[in-house]
Order: sequence, then structure tokens, then C-alpha cells
Amino acid sequence: MGTMTNQGIPRIDAGIDLSQFFAVFFDEAFENLASYESLLLSADPAQTDGETLNGIFRAAHSIKGGAAMFGFVDVTALTHELETLLDLVRKHEIELSTPMVDCLLASGDALKAQLQRHQAGGAGEPAPIDHLLATLRQLATQPSATAPGASTAGTATTAGSTARKHATAEQTRTLAVRVGPLLAAFEIQSLLDLFDDIPGMGNATLVATDNVGVTDYCDLSVVTSCSSSDLIDLFTFYVDREKVSVTESSRPMADVTQIPDSDPGFGLFDELVPNVSAKPADSATTDMATGAHAPKFDRHAPLNDSTTLRVSVEKIDQLINLVGELVITQAMLAQNAETLSPNQHGGIVAGLADLERSTRDLQDSVMGIRMIPMSFVFNRFPRMLRDLAGKLGKNIELKTSGEATELDKGLIEKITDPLTHLVRNSVDHGIEIPADRIAAGKSPHGTIALSARHQGSSIVIEVRDDGRGLDRDRILAKAIENGIPLPDGMSDQDVWQLIFAPGFSTAEVVTDVSGRGVGMDVVKRNISALGGSVELDSTLGHGTRVLVRLPLTLAIMDGMSVRVGGEVYILPLASVIETFKIDPSKIKSIPGKGHVVQLRQEYLPVRLLARMFDVPQPATETDRSIMIIVEADGKRSALVVDELMGQHQVVVKNLEASYRKVEGFSGATILGDGRVGLILDVGYLVA
Amino acid sequence: MQSILAVDDSASIRQMVAFTLKNAGYNVIEAADGKEGLAKARENTVNLVLTDQNMPLMDGITLVKTLRGLPMYATTPMLILTTESSAEMKALGKAAGATGWLVKPFDPARLVEVVRKVIGQHVLVATKPATAGLRGLGTTWEP
Repeated sequence: MGTMTNQGIPRIDAGIDLSQFFAVFFDEAFENLASYESLLLSADPAQTDGETLNGIFRAAHSIKGGAAMFGFVDVTALTHELETLLDLVRKHEIELSTPMVDCLLASGDALKAQLQRHQAGGAGEPAPIDHLLATLRQLATQPSATAPGASTAGTATTAGSTARKHATAEQTRTLAVRVGPLLAAFEIQSLLDLFDDIPGMGNATLVATDNVGVTDYCDLSVVTSCSSSDLIDLFTFYVDREKVSVTESSRPMADVTQIPDSDPGFGLFDELVPNVSAKPADSATTDMATGAHAPKFDRHAPLNDSTTLRVSVEKIDQLINLVGELVITQAMLAQNAETLSPNQHGGIVAGLADLERSTRDLQDSVMGIRMIPMSFVFNRFPRMLRDLAGKLGKNIELKTSGEATELDKGLIEKITDPLTHLVRNSVDHGIEIPADRIAAGKSPHGTIALSARHQGSSIVIEVRDDGRGLDRDRILAKAIENGIPLPDGMSDQDVWQLIFAPGFSTAEVVTDVSGRGVGMDVVKRNISALGGSVELDSTLGHGTRVLVRLPLTLAIMDGMSVRVGGEVYILPLASVIETFKIDPSKIKSIPGKGHVVQLRQEYLPVRLLARMFDVPQPATETDRSIMIIVEADGKRSALVVDELMGQHQVVVKNLEASYRKVEGFSGATILGDGRVGLILDVGYLVA
Repeated sequence: MQSILAVDDSASIRQMVAFTLKNAGYNVIEAADGKEGLAKARENTVNLVLTDQNMPLMDGITLVKTLRGLPMYATTPMLILTTESSAEMKALGKAAGATGWLVKPFDPARLVEVVRKVIGQHVLVATKPATAGLRGLGTTWEP
């Protein structure tokens, strides 16, 4: 068949740059990898269902297909071994085991690393995967040794398979086999492939074909320990029995080399396509088609559904920006139209009302594009939990709910680390080891429940465990040890807040206090930076619950607008603690260290915004200043402004995108009257 | 212009195939699985079907078999793109009525070459007597 494809057709240089398809390939591969992992985690080795196994196989298979196509050799090598093993598993020729799942998961990690390296341009050394390849190969050949003659079967690549019968132990010998007349070239290859597929069948070498065409005879030299009748039985999978003749050959045909197959990658079955149903190979192959060898797949996650469309985030952000502009224009129009009399300008007023409604709907829809479900974050936890629980000798069950709750893509990315931290804390310090749980009268299985839900314009994410809970006394003891001043009669809530103090996140705390403490300050800071909050609730011996509240999007923010001289600034409402009028004489100056103000028992640093930003101020203004207490990163400052103008939602614009990063400002927005208002970076002001 | 139906669940491969063949001057209709492929083949008349085997909803073999049953596709060339040139796959493909197979991975130039060949060959077959492919059948053979 090697002669078939090269007849007179020159290779055409299609001049296609494959790299233009890489982005799609990587997206696809990572999606497949994610479903590979989640299916593996859901697969119970003791009782696996065919759908799950097929899904796992399919994921590896798809990655391999793309990787091979786009030339990622290392990815292809690894997925090839995975595919070989998984194919045997899904055909139930090898049973899934926990060590196998471990190895498959580790392979998934290695694949991810490989893909990430290629995605980043392929720089750096590829991680070694030889050990994985070896383990996978070994797993794929596990229970094979029973086949007689296996030692001579040099092609036992799919060992461990086969319900097909083998010859009774016979001496290995060489047979000359003539097959023909053949109807199609593929039949020769089919026969040769048979030797690859069936361990113990031996080795076959193509001696010669009647090479006038592809439809005649071929001679094979077969080194085997099978009986001739077994061999013929196997051949009849593909060709009629009367077309096979076997002759014993006394001497080994050592001088025979395989005829190089110059084009194994493409072939035509035959030239009479419409009549194939009458072909002799049918009876055998039809059986195979209806049997276990023709698996029907059903994709678990409809990720490649043609009803979805891949669009770059850039395009979406541009759309959001434009809608933001539209919202601002609409607000400006509405503001200007306030003075119009509805009697004289009824049409315009009604039109503006319609415009407002449509603009708001449009904004909601467009913001919705950036929303992705929480499952993107939740999906990583089953794996983490499995690994951690295994390491710590704990039994933990993960329950998730509200995975479909949607959140802005930017927030999803930023919430992943803090949430991971919280879950890790629950596993590490919350859930007890089984013996302790039994001693405490609980089930040996710990449970960690993750949930997400919408609440107004925020999302609430809950991490709950049924572990040992926080120990109030030990936290108080630790606080005293750390020199944290403690007021009398602290409520539980106040005590729990102590673990968010930076001093608590030491390794010592982890062992001393049987509670959280590892980096909880970081968690709180990160969530605050997103405009969110963290609440914690715990009962000793019964568990802990952490509530994370976040705004739905970073693109729109609740802000408070303040006036300083002739300038308007926006403060994120979430960071404003309180506002009050102040007599300027209460502001004390400390030479070389700026100003402070005494508020109740506390001295706070004062930031005179007019002075910080060099805003010219009429002298009269300084007499009736307004003070705003803001908090960020656990620190407070008092800002002095001239006027509080109001609270409203603002569309946040990135300064870097159109100008550059400016110290003290986190962004800008366009105000209702068309002016630009800078958004104050509270973190900078309290520093 | 000749139309080619390209069926593959992998978007990257499908796009690559479509892009390559469009560049080579064919009209390409894409489908993400066998079911969609079948629907698109019914809506349009295509001169060649290129299909992946392993797909959700309907695999390539089933697609070929189903299309073959339709009078309008009784003689249309159909190639199965597969990662494995296993005998099993080939036997199934042949039984389903596929014209041939092409092993993945292939480079774009190779794809164009194969497509030109198959579309060209199809024209040849149509003008040949039906027995041309069965040369050698008359030979007697002793088992």
C-alpha cells in the first residue's frame, strides 16, 4: 500500500503556520485536563462505571491528538502511555487501583507542567517524565505473565489483555503464511496489527506482496508458538479462512527484513466504496463493532459545545468599557434633563427614561459575559483534599454547592488563593484524625462543605468544616503571649478576629493553638483588597465556618465622592468606617511626623488631602473640615476633606491603560457631569 | 467550488483542517461531532467528508455509516482521521463504508495532498467499470 499515495502527486507546501492554532489547542487541552482530573477523582477504584472511564480515556486521547498535530512531542509521549493504559482500563482488561489513580493524577500534573511550558513559549528544561512513563508502562503490563510464549512475543505492548485463546505451550517456530487474494491493502496491515494487539501470538514480518496492485497476495513470515489452527482462527478476524495457507518452515527466516511501509499514515480501503457491505471481513468486524471495542462516548462536560463561542478577554473588556462610557453619557444626559419641564419636553424625558432602562439592561448583560461559575475554583479542591487528607491520614469528604454561582473572571482568579488557604486550614487544623473524631463521638469521616450564593450585589462563599473548632482560651493565651492588648469581656466574635492579626500567623501557632492562624491575615488582606469581607464563626468541638463576602465585579464599585478644593475624589465605600465634622484645632501636629487626631482612646494619623495632592483651597474652607476614617490592611487613617458629595456606583477605569500608574490612586471614573474623578487608593493613604 | 465537511470535536484540529483546506481552495463546512456533521451534510451537498473517529454524541464510524445510507452520499469519498492506524479501526471504517483513513498527526501540506488525491480518485472511480478493483479474484487458492 506504500505505493498508493505518492503517485505523481507532489507534496504541496500549504504554507500554514500551525502556531496560530496553539491558543485554541491550549485552552482545549487544559479543559480536557481539568475534566480528566475531576473524572479521576470521582472514579471509585472499587466500582468504576464505564462512562467515567471512557471520559478519562477520551480526555487523554484528545490531548494526545492535538499535541501530536501541533508537534508537542513530550506531551504526545506521555499521553500515549496514558492512553494505552486507560484503554485497557476502560475495556476492563486491567482494573483501576488506588496506586494507579495516584500515578494517573501525577501524570496529569506532569502534563499540565508540559503544556504550561509550551504555552509560555517552551523555554526552560522540560521536567523529566521517564519515571512516570516507566510506571505507566508497568501498570499497563501488570497481570500479563500468564500467557504462554509471552517471552517470545516481542510485541506484547498490550499485555494483560486478551480473552482470546492462546495455543497450548508449543515450541516457537517459524511459519510461512500466504494470504490472499486480498481485497484491500488494509487487510495486510490488519493482519500485521493483530500481532501487535495480541500478546503471545508472536511476530510477523511481511515478506513480499504481489505488488502489482494492493489487492493480491502477501507472504508473511511468522515466528510464533501458537498452533497453526489458532493462527488461522485469528486471521479469520479479517480474511476468509480459505484465503490463508500456513506452511511450516524449518529454518528461521533471519534474512527477511520488513518491507518498509513508505506511507503508513494514509490509505484507501478500496475502490468500490458503495459495495463494502458485501465484503468478507464483515462478519468478524460487525461483531466487534457491537461489542466492547466500539465504545460510545458521552462527553461529561459539554465544553466544546458549538453553542458557545470563544472570545478573547480583551474584546470583552473593550465592550465593557464602551458600555461604561455609554452609562456615563446616559447619566450626564439624565442630569442635564432634570431641568427640563416634562410638559414642554415630554418626548425627550420619556426617551431618556427608556434610555436609562436599556442602558442598565445592557450593562447587566455585558457584565454577565465576564462572569464565570464558581466551579472554576471549587473544582480544584477535590484533588487538593485527596492529596492533603492522604498525607495527614484523615478521612475527609468534600461537599460543594452553588458551583453555578457566577462571579467576575477577575475576582475568580483573585479569590482562588485565599479560598485555597481557608480549605487547607480546615483540612490541616480543623478536621481531626479519625481516632480523635471517634473519641469525640463523631463520625470518623470529616466533612468540609463549600458553598457559594448570591446575596444582593455580592456573592457569599462559605467554607465550613465539622472539625474541632476554635479554642477561645488558647487564642486569648496566645494573644497575651504575643503582647496584644485585650479589653475585658471580649465577645467570641472579637476573639475570632484575633486570628486575623498578623502576629498570629506563625508556625508555632499552628501547633500550639489547635485552630487556624496560618496566614489568616493574608487571607483577610487579599479579600479586603477586593472590596470584600471575612467573617468567622466557630464552636469548640463542632467546627468552624468562614464566610467570605465579595462584590460581584471589580468593574463597578460603590464609591463615596468627596470634594477637596475644586477636585472630586472617590473613596471605595467598603473602606470608609465613619465620617464626622471636626474642629481643625483638634488636629495636632507632631514635628517631622505629620498630624494626628485623637479619636476616642486612639490617636490616628491625619492625611490632609488638599496638602497631599496640592489642591488650592480657599482659606475659609479649612475652618469647616470633614474627617473620614478609612481602613485598609488593618490600619486606619483620618482623611480631611472639604465636603461629602454623595454615594454612588462608579465604573472603574484603569489609569495604567490610558496614562500610567499614579501613586495614591487606584483608578479613575467619569462623574455624572462628565468630569474625571480619581479613585483614592486607601492602602496607600493608610501606609 | 468543492465542499468538504470537516468533523472533529477538537476545535484546534478542526480549525487547522478548515483553514488549510480553505487556503487550498475548498469550501469547508465544520462540525463538532457526528450528529452536527450529519445535520450539516443533510443541509449541504459535500464532495468529501473528513471525520475524526472519537467524538461525543456520534462517532466518526457511525457518521460514515449513516451518511452512506443516504442516496446522496452513496459514492461520496469519506476519510476517517484517526490517531491510531489500528486494524480494528480500519476494519470498522471499512465496514462502515469509509473510503480511507488518514493518521493524525499530519501536517497541512499532507492533508491537502491527500484531499486532492481522494477527490481526484473519486472522479476516476466513477468513470471506471465497477469490477476494476477486484482484480485477482479469479485466482484459485488452496488453504
